[in-house]
Amino acid sequence: MPFIANTDADRDAMLAAVGLERIEDLFRDVPEQHRYATLDLPEPLSELEVLREVSALADENDHLGELASFLGAGAYRHFVPSVVDFLAGRSEFYSAYTPYQPEVSQGTLQAIFEYQSMVAALTGMDAANASHYDGATATAEAVIMALNSATGNRPGGKGPRKRVVLSPALNPQYREVVHTYTQGMGLDIVGGDLIDHDFHTLLELVDEDTACVVVQNPDFLGQLHSAAEMQDLADAVHAAGALLAVSVDPISLGMFTPPGEYGVDIVMGEGQSLGNALNFGGPYLGFFAMRTADVRKSAGRIAGETVDVDGQTGYVLTLSTREQHIRRGRATSNICTNQALMALRACIYLAAMGKHGLRSVAEQCYHKAQYAATRISMIPGYQIVGEKPFFKEFVVRCPAPVHVIKDYLLMEWGIVAGYDLVDDYPELGECLLLCVTEMNTRQEIDDLVEALASVAEMVEDMELELVRELEDVR
Amino acid sequence: MAYKFDATARYAESHDWARVEGDVVVCGISDYAQHALSDVVFIELPSAGKTVTKGDVYSTVESVKAAEQVYAPVSGEIVAVNDDLESTPELINEDPYGAAWIIKVKPSDPGQFDELMDAAAYETFLSEHE
Amino acid sequence: MIEPTVYDLSSPGRHGPLLPVLDVPEAPLPDGYLREDLLLPELSELDTVRHFVRLSQRNMGIDTNFYPLGSCTMKYNPKVNEKAAGLAGFTDLHPLQDAEMTQGAMQLLLELQVYLAEISGFDAVTLQPAAGAQGELTGVLMMRKYQLDRGETQRTKILVPDSAHGTNPATTTMSGLQVVELPSSPRGNLDLEALKANLDDTVVGLMLTNPNTLGLFEERILEITQLVHEAGGLVYGDGANMNAIVGVVKPADLGIDVMHFNLHKTFSTPHGGGGPGAGPVGVVAKLAPFLPGPVVSVEHIPDDFDDEEEHVHFDEDGDDFRLIWHMPSKSIGRVRSYYGNFGVLVRAYTYIRMHGAPGLRRIAENAVLNANYLKARLQQEASYPVAFGDRICMHEFVAQGILEGAPDIHTMDIAKRLMDYGFHPPTVYFPLIVREALMIEPTETESKATLDAFADAMIQIAREAREEPELLKDAPHSAPVKRLDEVRAARQMILCRC
Ligand SMILES: Cc1ncc(COP(=O)(O)O)c(C=O)c1O
Repeated sequence: MPFIANTDADRDAMLAAVGLERIEDLFRDVPEQHRYATLDLPEPLSELEVLREVSALADENDHLGELASFLGAGAYRHFVPSVVDFLAGRSEFYSAYTPYQPEVSQGTLQAIFEYQSMVAALTGMDAANASHYDGATATAEAVIMALNSATGNRPGGKGPRKRVVLSPALNPQYREVVHTYTQGMGLDIVGGDLIDHDFHTLLELVDEDTACVVVQNPDFLGQLHSAAEMQDLADAVHAAGALLAVSVDPISLGMFTPPGEYGVDIVMGEGQSLGNALNFGGPYLGFFAMRTADVRKSAGRIAGETVDVDGQTGYVLTLSTREQHIRRGRATSNICTNQALMALRACIYLAAMGKHGLRSVAEQCYHKAQYAATRISMIPGYQIVGEKPFFKEFVVRCPAPVHVIKDYLLMEWGIVAGYDLVDDYPELGECLLLCVTEMNTRQEIDDLVEALASVAEMVEDMELELVRELEDVR
Repeated sequence: MAYKFDATARYAESHDWARVEGDVVVCGISDYAQHALSDVVFIELPSAGKTVTKGDVYSTVESVKAAEQVYAPVSGEIVAVNDDLESTPELINEDPYGAAWIIKVKPSDPGQFDELMDAAAYETFLSEHE
Repeated sequence: MIEPTVYDLSSPGRHGPLLPVLDVPEAPLPDGYLREDLLLPELSELDTVRHFVRLSQRNMGIDTNFYPLGSCTMKYNPKVNEKAAGLAGFTDLHPLQDAEMTQGAMQLLLELQVYLAEISGFDAVTLQPAAGAQGELTGVLMMRKYQLDRGETQRTKILVPDSAHGTNPATTTMSGLQVVELPSSPRGNLDLEALKANLDDTVVGLMLTNPNTLGLFEERILEITQLVHEAGGLVYGDGANMNAIVGVVKPADLGIDVMHFNLHKTFSTPHGGGGPGAGPVGVVAKLAPFLPGPVVSVEHIPDDFDDEEEHVHFDEDGDDFRLIWHMPSKSIGRVRSYYGNFGVLVRAYTYIRMHGAPGLRRIAENAVLNANYLKARLQQEASYPVAFGDRICMHEFVAQGILEGAPDIHTMDIAKRLMDYGFHPPTVYFPLIVREALMIEPTETESKATLDAFADAMIQIAREAREEPELLKDAPHSAPVKRLDEVRAARQMILCRC
């Protein structure tokens, strides 16, 4: 049997030591009629065979390593330096459990501490925790923390606030997860279906029952909000006694104002971009940064610095009294296992890329995205949607149904075009969310422009006939 | 284990003490409670002006491994809160009956104080429940 | 020797990997949007490598040491899992690509759903939850919604045994329900009288861990599930301890209605120093409409469809099908983004395929045998009390750090001293209902020789506790640091180098 060291002789000796005759005797508490139920599973495979099978499944996918891709919408292709795989692949890291015993887990603990430090530096916040499952659940936990925060209580002892205002430009999946997580809490969650994405419209929903407002910057449609605009929002939210939580793209913080400088209370988001692969959606990394005043209301593991009995610096998990294993039914979150290895990857990524590297990643995304948008805006029939500056994603209104364009670009050009916004934002019309990162070469962008131009020409020449034909192919 | 008691205070089974000082009742946690917790690292304090009912949780005292709720021994309005505990929670270990009082309550039902155990009764209670 | 932090190692002007030279024209940067400073370290690549390699050397892992952490199933993580999960066809796959492009990955998910359903006896499985606790939230929210859907709005309570893991009561509260704690019986199982006394029409259901955190199988499991069902409740199974029974008994056969798996325990995916995990949830048919989505399902393709099309599968009857994403009709909603911790799911899939049915049964048998053997040695030769030690344990048991003749020695001292012998300590002070708990789970991948070495160390430590207690009190002596001051950490709250 694979991975079992004991021989039959060992087993016999051990059974004798336990005072039993047969292995079956170990299971006598299991109701007899259900013991040893038959399992209908495929035959066991050797390592060689299983690799063949799994590789065949992997080969059936058209992955982005082989295609030019402009697909983002919450999961991003960024350069991952070789040191990340190499160092995170050390099995002293990955085969360890949560560092409950600090003396023999200093590697993990110090890495968490460094991760927390770099996330705090990146976001401009006071403290960060050692991860949530992903950006969506980090957002849900931000909402729950805000509900429990001292400032979340309504003035005059009127009980806890129950309203949560979500920006319609917050990642639609994050909005969904907030709804799922809080469905038993009797909340009044509003804002997600607003057509107008302006902050003033959002603020009209903020009342004295509001515990928090959650926005995204750059938002799901790529639009950037300036530090001044964010500060005004934060001031207005605070004036109502609520908290402001912002979901951010951590790569964007290589060049843009950190949220800590514009008065935000909670900064969270998807940390996959920081040294983690796309992995078909997971494992990813929910990062979470906050003000010192809220740390004790927060969820998740936190490492802190201390000393040992000889006065030597070391690290421990701290403030654990917030967590389920101590507070049990009084805990505000049930999180236990998190995404520590992804946080380690982010830690190594941030250390390796460093101050200069992260800035150049951010700037290359920015310049390439501007280049792509400028060129696309010159193709007749296409229009860039939105007035604000953008970072690496932007919305293009298209002259044909987006799924038709996507299929054509994939089949004829080998290009993965982007994200079709029709389901999430039907009011926008035929709109495509494009993402350009440092991974896209100028050639790829030029090809994309050419491909989109040829779509425009076809639409013009053959009018909707071709479009319909293309739809038929689908 | 020999615990300290304040002979002038009264005690609840939840290990809270209460002491009458003028027209207020001063409240805190007993020496036994602070021992059971070990080193206190944090206390969550209520705000003055709040009213509590006997048996309400009005504070949480935390060590590294535990977060214990503190229950009001009498009903009334909280008229003072010991803010020193915020920066020096270790006072609870050092001087549970003195410097580490937690709140002062203006009692709404003075009779409640008399229902609590006196030091001798509490000591007996502890020895029976240890 | 301390290892400096990345900030201490930083030196202005150094840098790591470079990007290609920018190949497009620079665009103007927007005013009022830019940050001034970015306080990240400046390191050469070698600085980074040495630092993190050194940090790794300050850790124990399964690959370096025996790691009998109870309730955590620290079994060997096969390296082939890493290779499988690292295939470019998986790692470079974007979750929002059209389903036609991701049929291979979806096929893997579908098969894993089927295997987990077969192993557990459930009718449907979601792979979305990212860890056990999220699986619990998924399950309890489904139970809640199921009761509401039946109009049973008065059901607001979840019964949770006092031996339960903290995530069980915490999940209940997060779901907006009330926890009712049930005591344990003198046999270390659920107290049936207490269960009966609390079962009424306000109960959503019971959360049960079987085997429980004492390592004991619920002797009266069939009665328990029947009682709950008769009262209109549902039974949630915390499957964290599945390693004891995988391939031996199907939880659904015992009357469990919904259960999470911890793939990072039973199915060998590495724990990563705290995560990632995966907490798929299996359910009986009546709960299937409530599953979070999207789940992979099969769409049959009509006969006249063009067979030339790529990515069309053929099932056993030769019918065409393709895989699609599907949202269950009464879904509680998605519990996280996308489909789950896919990379973890690939590892578990690989593991299950290598074992098949006979291999899985061998896992449970060896895990349980190893635990009982170790328990017997500690009881017989070292006089460590074992909670409910007269019973056969399952994959783990709870010893107590209470030694005659050594009144000042506590579980923590024994745990720290084990480090000096080259062992990661067991889980300590859990479950809460056992004083001075030392919860020991050896797993099936350890050999008798390793178990013997561990037992010998425990015996030796028991002797030291009586004869040279300061050896334990000052332990560890050989770890990278000595005992750390957790009180100071909590009071100072130095949470970053800022
Ligand atoms: C019995 C039990 N239940 C639930 C959990 C929670 O699982 P996870 O850590 O994957 O969230 C654990 C893990 O520690 C456990 O041991």
